[in-house]
Amino acid sequence: MFSYILKRLLTAVPTLLIIITIAFFMMRIAPGGPFDQERQLPPEIEANILKAYDLDKPVYEQYFIYLGKLLQFDFGPSYKFRDFSVTELILSGLPASFQIGGLAILLATFIGIGLGTLAALYQNQKTDYAIMGVAMTGIAVPNFVAAPILSLVFGVYLAWLPVAGWGDGAARNLVLPVISLALPQIAYIARLTRGSMIEVLHSNYIRTARAKGIRERLVVIRHAIKGALLPVVSYLGPAVAAVTTGSVVIESIYDIPGVGRYFVNAALNRDYPLVMGVVIFYATLILIMNLIVDVVYSFLDPKLRVSG
Amino acid sequence: MNDNIILEVKNLNTRFDTPDGEVAAANEISFTLKKGESLGVVGESGSGKTQIFMALMGLLAKNGKTTGEAIFKGQNILGLPVTELNKVRGVSLSMIFQDPMTSLNPYLKVSRQMTEVLIEHQGMSQKEALEKSIEMLELVGIPEARKRVHMYPHEFSGGMRQRVMIAIALLCEPNLLIADEPTTALDVTIQAQILDLLHDLKDKLGMSIVMITHDLGVIASMCDHVMVMYGGRVVETGSVQALFSDAKHPYTRGLLQSMPRIDGDHNEDLYAIPGQPPNLQALPQGCAFQPRCQYATDLCQQERPPTTEFDAGRTASCHQLSSAFHTSSPVKKNPVHVVEGVL
Amino acid sequence: MSNIMNVNDKLATFNDNFSDSADLTEVVGRSLWQDARIRLMRNKAAVVSMIILSIITLMAIFAPWLSSHPFDEVYWDFIQVPPNVAEGFWFGTDENGRDLFVRTLYGARVSLMVGLVATTVSLVIGVVYGAVAGYMGGRIDNIMMRFVDILYSLPFMFFVIILMVIFGRNIYLIFVALGAVEWLTMARIVRGQTLAVKKKEFVEAAHASGVSTTKIIFRHIIPNILGPVIVYMTLTIPQVILTESFLSFLGLGVQEPLTSWGVLISEGAKVMESAPWMLAFPATFLAITLFCFNFIGDGLRDALDPKDR
Repeated sequence: MFSYILKRLLTAVPTLLIIITIAFFMMRIAPGGPFDQERQLPPEIEANILKAYDLDKPVYEQYFIYLGKLLQFDFGPSYKFRDFSVTELILSGLPASFQIGGLAILLATFIGIGLGTLAALYQNQKTDYAIMGVAMTGIAVPNFVAAPILSLVFGVYLAWLPVAGWGDGAARNLVLPVISLALPQIAYIARLTRGSMIEVLHSNYIRTARAKGIRERLVVIRHAIKGALLPVVSYLGPAVAAVTTGSVVIESIYDIPGVGRYFVNAALNRDYPLVMGVVIFYATLILIMNLIVDVVYSFLDPKLRVSG
Repeated sequence: MNDNIILEVKNLNTRFDTPDGEVAAANEISFTLKKGESLGVVGESGSGKTQIFMALMGLLAKNGKTTGEAIFKGQNILGLPVTELNKVRGVSLSMIFQDPMTSLNPYLKVSRQMTEVLIEHQGMSQKEALEKSIEMLELVGIPEARKRVHMYPHEFSGGMRQRVMIAIALLCEPNLLIADEPTTALDVTIQAQILDLLHDLKDKLGMSIVMITHDLGVIASMCDHVMVMYGGRVVETGSVQALFSDAKHPYTRGLLQSMPRIDGDHNEDLYAIPGQPPNLQALPQGCAFQPRCQYATDLCQQERPPTTEFDAGRTASCHQLSSAFHTSSPVKKNPVHVVEGVL
Repeated sequence: MSNIMNVNDKLATFNDNFSDSADLTEVVGRSLWQDARIRLMRNKAAVVSMIILSIITLMAIFAPWLSSHPFDEVYWDFIQVPPNVAEGFWFGTDENGRDLFVRTLYGARVSLMVGLVATTVSLVIGVVYGAVAGYMGGRIDNIMMRFVDILYSLPFMFFVIILMVIFGRNIYLIFVALGAVEWLTMARIVRGQTLAVKKKEFVEAAHASGVSTTKIIFRHIIPNILGPVIVYMTLTIPQVILTESFLSFLGLGVQEPLTSWGVLISEGAKVMESAPWMLAFPATFLAITLFCFNFIGDGLRDALDPKDR
């Protein structure tokens, strides 16, 4: 078990290094320097600025300097927000992003599994069709469509909830962003759960459980759920990636001061260090999530637990 | 009602609704089984032999439905609501399946899969149930049962898993055990062990057994009575002795002839019934076996053969029972002990 | 469920491998593909989806002839007006006074084009990569698949965004970038199928008779893994369309005066309180298109791999 975690950790490190390297060199070959748009600076001042950002050194040297700084969680200074370092900006956006992202994942997991199980138990009946119809809607209506519509209906027309804004993380302000972010994931998880649940319910060992005369409720809860949830557990890694990506657009729509909104602004303003910082930060997050998911998975599957 | 009869099936029909039409899996099945007796059910894949008993256990796929009656210990168990059925299955009526590798829940320890039966049906405490489970594992010949009961199924070999399956089925000491090809997925040497075990347990616990198989050898070594199925219908029934020494139906005779024999002429090719097993969605008119039957006549193609009863429990359904093919029967020379030798 | 009898099951077992069409023929007397077509045609959602998609596609192709207004003409007298049949502004106009109907159809052109081209890119990469990995087997397979695993754990959307930031918002780049992102799952599917097909007798026979490896891959393996590939392709198209719209919505995709559904939705969302039609029409078109592709994909999967679900 321990050696398995160690092995996974060891593969995560090179992956992260690849990400950093790709991101770094992509940024360096980008046409145009960071200060091109601004008025012509006197050469000596420009040289000073370049020096301050280490841009006067050869690219490979810059790369190692960047790596060294990363080890100290220093993502360098932002080009756009001159008074802040990238690390400060990311940290300032973190609470909001974590709140809506975390809540969306929780919501999606519980509601998705619940709906999927229900649909599987009533396979090819009205309940199933209704749930799968809703799930299909969740997949076909992207969250950048759902978010404005939800905001229009519940914010403008019904005026139950704020149209947008963060309000220091008040519950009222969280509802719509979390729901818009969770909807597609609810849909995916519900479909996934339904599929694997149906497969498990048709498996030989469920037949055995029924032949033993165990109550149907126990057959589902004790015998079916565990096997059916394994694919869902392994989907949680990609789900985190999807929610992270989605938060970029949701934070922009609802005007939430999170990491995602910084990212969009940075991308539109060519604030390379900030873009890179966010990418590396999110990549690390997703890698860690995948690692956790793998470990949880190996705990749930007895075959892996023994041999791992 | 005869007290001695444990199971009486009357006119059972099983149908499956498929997108390509209805499939009649089992038709007009009737038979009785006495206490302590064992019945062998033989037939090719798709002959409907398994579906009859899946229907009894309430385990048919969702698109399947059953009509008829199955009186088990004085109660019709066909069409019982699940809650009622759960008072019977796993208690007085148990079933074991073909594939021991997938029939146990891979995510639960064997102990859990055993004790839950006793807790559910007999209200035992966890501790009592565990003790009884260990006893049962020892009974079916699992070494170090006390230790192994806490293992997961994948830590057992195929034969051991089938033993565990049998132990689970017997926990509540059922009156009838249905064994659906219990040895098909196992190595030959293990097969014999499992059959021996079932034989022993049958006598020890005084239960009846239904043995579903396509292997006549298994029937010969285990059963008192045989029911031969073809194309979703019973074509011949009788005692093992009678059926093996004097098969009436051409299909049964074909089956017997296609068995390898130790004392036979090894240069001779094994006999094979010509043609393909029938497609249940497009059964031929008349007798289902007629396209493969060398004795088939126009009558066979047009009308379904009637069932002729020779003795109590000795029947056959064939138009050609009285015709000439009987006299030159090669099967008569085929004594039962030879079949046992095959095992 | 060991229903030896249950025809559904029989089909399911046979179709676990799409290449087992020969076995299937014996049982049902129809080929796998005929069978699949019949099943697909029975699926009402899929059939309706195919009809709707055909209509949208035709409308996109013939967009310039369907409206009296050019897509980039600014009507100064009709700034942000609601749908107006008399003037031929069936969907109204946008905040620049351009006809929304024809712009929505031009958006359809971009979205469908991106969907098809990027999916084709992903298909080519995925199929070749997967087939090679599966066919070579052993260490090469191991290394190739480990590489895919690593790529899987990357936050790809962010890289696409970086690409867009660096190289400008160019539609050809979108094709390639999205195609390059979506090939991973395809590669996995193809590899799995290839491994299964590889062991089949007809491939061994080809090998034994001295046919070259490339020929075996292209002539024997690829045709046999078509089923799952088609299903996954159908499900990749909406994925790609969605991603393009996402980028365009953020302002990182298609640029003016060209438009796409993502751009239109983004513009509409900004003024949804005063001009809800600007959000409603492109959003509806996008959602319907995504619905249709997903229904067809599901339908195809059920038709080609009819497990009881």
